Amino acid sequence: MTLEDRGPGPDAVYREELLAGRFTIQTCADCGLASFPPRVFCRHCGSDALTRVEASGHGVVYSTSAVRNRPDKGGDHNVSLVDLAEGVRMLTRVDGAAPTEVPIGARVKARIVTGDVPHVVFDLVTE
Amino acid sequence: MTHHDLRGASAVVGVGLAGCGEAPGRTAMELIGAAAWNAVTDAGLKMTEIDAVFGVSAVHGMPSVTISEYLGIKPRFSDGSMIGGSSNVAHILQATMAIKAGLCSTALVCYGSNQKSASGRLISSAAEFNPYEQPYKPRFPITAYALAAARHMHQFGTTRQQLAEVAVAARAWANRNPEAYMHGPLSVDDVLNARMVCDPFGLFDCCLVTDGAGALVIVARDRAKDFPKKPVYFLGGGMAHWHRSIMQMPDITVSAASESGPRAFEMAGLEPADIDVLELYDAFTINTILFLEDLGFCPKGEGGRFVEGGRIAPGGSLPVNTNGGGLSCVHPGMYGTFILVEAVRQLRGEAGDRQVENPETALVHGNGGVLSSQVTSIFGTEATL
Ligand SMILES: [Zn+2]
Repeated sequence: MTLEDRGPGPDAVYREELLAGRFTIQTCADCGLASFPPRVFCRHCGSDALTRVEASGHGVVYSTSAVRNRPDKGGDHNVSLVDLAEGVRMLTRVDGAAPTEVPIGARVKARIVTGDVPHVVFDLVTE
Repeated sequence: MTHHDLRGASAVVGVGLAGCGEAPGRTAMELIGAAAWNAVTDAGLKMTEIDAVFGVSAVHGMPSVTISEYLGIKPRFSDGSMIGGSSNVAHILQATMAIKAGLCSTALVCYGSNQKSASGRLISSAAEFNPYEQPYKPRFPITAYALAAARHMHQFGTTRQQLAEVAVAARAWANRNPEAYMHGPLSVDDVLNARMVCDPFGLFDCCLVTDGAGALVIVARDRAKDFPKKPVYFLGGGMAHWHRSIMQMPDITVSAASESGPRAFEMAGLEPADIDVLELYDAFTINTILFLEDLGFCPKGEGGRFVEGGRIAPGGSLPVNTNGGGLSCVHPGMYGTFILVEAVRQLRGEAGDRQVENPETALVHGNGGVLSSQVTSIFGTEATL
């Protein structure tokens, strides 16, 4: 038995899904754990039984920083680590507060940004 | 006492630095060449007597091959494994293995960069395109360490003042080291009031960008006394890495130093309380705190409180980063070489105004990438064999 090694790989499929408006995560049919970024086999148990599911988009800010830039160079921007409900962590940006004022532990919701490199950012969830 | 085959199997018999600070008009290879010549000369050897080269560079794809050619060496064994700033610390372990296995007899370990004069910015192993990171415009490696610091502050109550104590201690050591790039007073307030770079880091929480090269000569234990300088013996080494990208680090407040450290201590048959001087890779102020915790010098989460009150500064109870560190002495992209050289100088008693009183043991901890590769080496004088 060998792994599929031709055609669009997990990275390309993830990107295509994002462009189609779906934020997807791989989960393992054997151990139940999720993998991100995409893999060709489960990084937790080695199984090839990975399936792609649409992520809930719910997350919590694990850590956060503001990259400081002069206003003429675009100003400050936020960079955060967000733990998704599915159990994976992403590097991302959190919007909805000043770049320096994103609270660790805050609840956030995913939003897809398309473009040359489609990616997922998060908005603070306001109760 | 442990009986690991590699404990005490090799010794450092030559060290050299070149171009530390600013070396305008010099290429990276010229700096590596000068450091290698200085180390080989320090050992009383000729370059042609070197038969193994362990080298890295930020700008050469086959570093040990290019370095060997430049130095006029035809090595019997060569390794350019690139694991970031900890590479040369790992090379000490690999050189010891190669010597013990009879694959070579006289090894050169080296690194150098002209990045300050050539570009003025940090050229590091962390600069790699990653489609899952780049869209968010992180300023790597700084942002990754800033995220670790922010989480450490959130989880354990570590403060910016405590981070600043690390920078202040490093500067106080640098003020005793004429070779350090930064001199002059630096207070906690100076650190807190500096321009913010990447929260919670201001300018002085971040390492320098300098030029510089370093090199060491390693031989088998049974030859260690055949050289002019006091030999410094390798007692233990350990490596660990768990991630390359910061988003894949399981808990960003716990580095793989928590595995590399115990591996090195086990080989050496020593414990943290046995270590007289520490040289920890301080690319950022949080590094020193994380590594003090992960290597067992204080409990997890206590590192911020541990460094308060000048404990790791000159005159404190635990001498850490005695050359002034990557924060105030030298940081040409990959800093592991320079903490190795400082540990050797301390154990030889050659450290001048910053000399720790009669140290018998030194711990060197190298870090690479974004808290990624962690390598610990422990060295000792003849009395520790
Ligand atoms: Zn699995």
